[in-house]
Amino acid sequence: MNFDYDEEQQLLADSVRRFMQKDYAFEGRRKIVASPAGYSDAVWGTFAQMGLTGIPFSPDYGGFGGGAIDLLSVMEAFGEGLVVEPFLATVGLGAQCVARAGSDAQKKAILPAVVEGKLKMAFAHTEKGARYNLAHVNATAKKSGGGWTLDGEKLVVLGAPAAAKLVVSAKTPAGLSLFLVEAKGVKLKPYRTLDEMRAADVALSNTPGELLGAEGKALPVIEEVIDFATALICAEAVGAMKFSCDTTLEYLKTRKQFGVPIGTFQALQHRIVDMFVAYEQARSMAFLACSQADSAPNAKERSRAISAAKIKVADNARLISQEAIQLHGGMGMSEELKVSHSFRRLTMIAQQFGDADHHLERFAKAH
Amino acid sequence: MDLNYSQEELAFRDQVRGWLQANLPADLREKIATYGELTREDLVRWHKILAKQGWVAPSWPKEWGGTGWSVVQRYLFEEECGYAGTPPLIPFGLSMCGPVLLRFGSDAQKKQFLPRIYNGDDFWCQGYTEPGSGSDLASLKTKAVRNGEHYVVNGQKTWTTLGHYADWIFCLVRTDANTSKRQEGISFLLIDMKTPGITVRPLILMDGGHEVNEVFFDDVKVPVANLVHKEGEGWTVAKYLLGHERMNTGRIGASKRELAKLKEFAAQQPKDGKSLLDDPRFRDKLSRLEVELMALEITNLRFLDRMRRTGQPPGADVSMLKIKGTEIQQGLTELMMQAVGPLSQPFKALDGDAGFDEFTAAIAPRYCNFRKTTIYAGSNEIQRNIIAKMTLGL
Repeated sequence: MNFDYDEEQQLLADSVRRFMQKDYAFEGRRKIVASPAGYSDAVWGTFAQMGLTGIPFSPDYGGFGGGAIDLLSVMEAFGEGLVVEPFLATVGLGAQCVARAGSDAQKKAILPAVVEGKLKMAFAHTEKGARYNLAHVNATAKKSGGGWTLDGEKLVVLGAPAAAKLVVSAKTPAGLSLFLVEAKGVKLKPYRTLDEMRAADVALSNTPGELLGAEGKALPVIEEVIDFATALICAEAVGAMKFSCDTTLEYLKTRKQFGVPIGTFQALQHRIVDMFVAYEQARSMAFLACSQADSAPNAKERSRAISAAKIKVADNARLISQEAIQLHGGMGMSEELKVSHSFRRLTMIAQQFGDADHHLERFAKAH
Repeated sequence: MDLNYSQEELAFRDQVRGWLQANLPADLREKIATYGELTREDLVRWHKILAKQGWVAPSWPKEWGGTGWSVVQRYLFEEECGYAGTPPLIPFGLSMCGPVLLRFGSDAQKKQFLPRIYNGDDFWCQGYTEPGSGSDLASLKTKAVRNGEHYVVNGQKTWTTLGHYADWIFCLVRTDANTSKRQEGISFLLIDMKTPGITVRPLILMDGGHEVNEVFFDDVKVPVANLVHKEGEGWTVAKYLLGHERMNTGRIGASKRELAKLKEFAAQQPKDGKSLLDDPRFRDKLSRLEVELMALEITNLRFLDRMRRTGQPPGADVSMLKIKGTEIQQGLTELMMQAVGPLSQPFKALDGDAGFDEFTAAIAPRYCNFRKTTIYAGSNEIQRNIIAKMTLGL
């Protein structure tokens, strides 16, 4: 038992934290969000230089051979800084599909470029009516010449506007399958999400694709990847919770009413204590999620632990984000304060890859 | 980062688990499992079994019988006891008076009291709370006036847990009423419960049980030799005690056992042709409780890990273990009662054997009884005050 980072993890955590404090301050982030691309190439380049884009990939493809546990501190720092770069979409989703399902040739073609920061990806999976059911796919793929062509529509594909390659799920006669698709071959309807990231609805019409992994055998891979990404956003949520708690505490100490700091009021003290306790409990579960994403003995135990973590994170994300706004009073409503942005991110994370109800169902089934 | 216990820690856990399996008497195990009432003899019997094994006071220095275990081993031991369902070790002697004497006691006091505490020869209780002094402990009024080689004690303590079993009581008393600060002028006295002038009166709780008492002191003569630390500096002793050994307030092991029992019980309760466990409304409440407990176990381990790495006692934020641990315990008793449904109503037979199930009849009273957990040992509101002040700087 050891809840400490090893030396390498600690160095990484420190350098990410330093970068976030120095070069990803709230005002700078505001400019990035308002820019045409909605993310910063310079920041992305720094992530690659720091080695962040290579953490969870095999050294065979230029990566560091780490896992979710090695990304934990990175995601916490990203959550604290409300990073909008498509890190999750690329490293946590798109390239994860390639790393887990791809052939050696496909991995060679894609992963080194991802590690070096030259390639951004996205995972186009969710469809109308699917909610959180990962098996619900109506897009189709059919053989055409030596390859495949895809038809269908995908919704809220995170990071799609920035991605050069997409991983797309579609049905073949053999069942659910994954395909690599060039982004230029699809039609995007891009938009900004509530939490200031970029996403798009994606239309596939006779779009060429390359089979990724075994035909008809994609569901377990998708489940694995979504569990991995869920563990990452649990850690990211914990970072956003930490910011929300810290900034609210600071506000309670400085905001004066009735001639005294409002933090002297017991009604507010107890509420912020509950926020901090909720943060610690969520953090414990993020540790569990990342640890189990890497080393659970089987899919059932993995999904049970990760659903448990997501239940706690979703519940506590709601509690902390709502309380942070309430304790800030009117100021909390203002777009000017970062706390209203962490509110938006936490609100979305609570439902990303399944809300608490979804994971309660899944948790109970994994008994 | 590694969330798993080491091989050595697991081996230790298995050793403890195996020993408990073999040495926890079946009748005591059964009594705990069925929520039966533990007598003084039950408590002392288990205490003596552990004392004989040398495991009754793990945190004490080795020369006084401590085990030399690491913080993790101590935690594992207590959690295994909770998980196995042993009678509790009553903390007043072992975890309260003992550590106080080790820290502040004279050599004579240590020699007189520590071995008897260790062996379970003396049953101790705690005389802190008074009718007007609950959370505001420093407002206490019980008076001790020095008269030659004795203090003469007058006043009243209340909510005295197991005072009716006790041979001794350690008390906070006011030896000087004219100090500028209320925390001054308080002293820590050890009082023999057989001393003339002491009256113990039961307070019956809403579950019908007798575990707490009022203790009255009427011109009770206490030898000056029974003063611990300096006269007027009892508050220092009290504060030391409050900060001591708070790593196990989460009661993870006991809650795990109750959770398993609740699942098993709920699975057997029919509801509309299915099991209650398959009812989503019930099941979701249960799952949320289980998830909170999973989180608390890891949070607890994180505290232990921090203690181990820094060599420092836990900070004030350890109060969160008490807050969450007691909320979970209460949640479990509430769901257990819900699982029994309408059959939770029978309470006491009017004449002889009414034929109702004793186990299910014990469940609602247990729910009632467990309301105490968020009130005792520093109410959860006091725990929040502590975190707000000490950890958050408010």
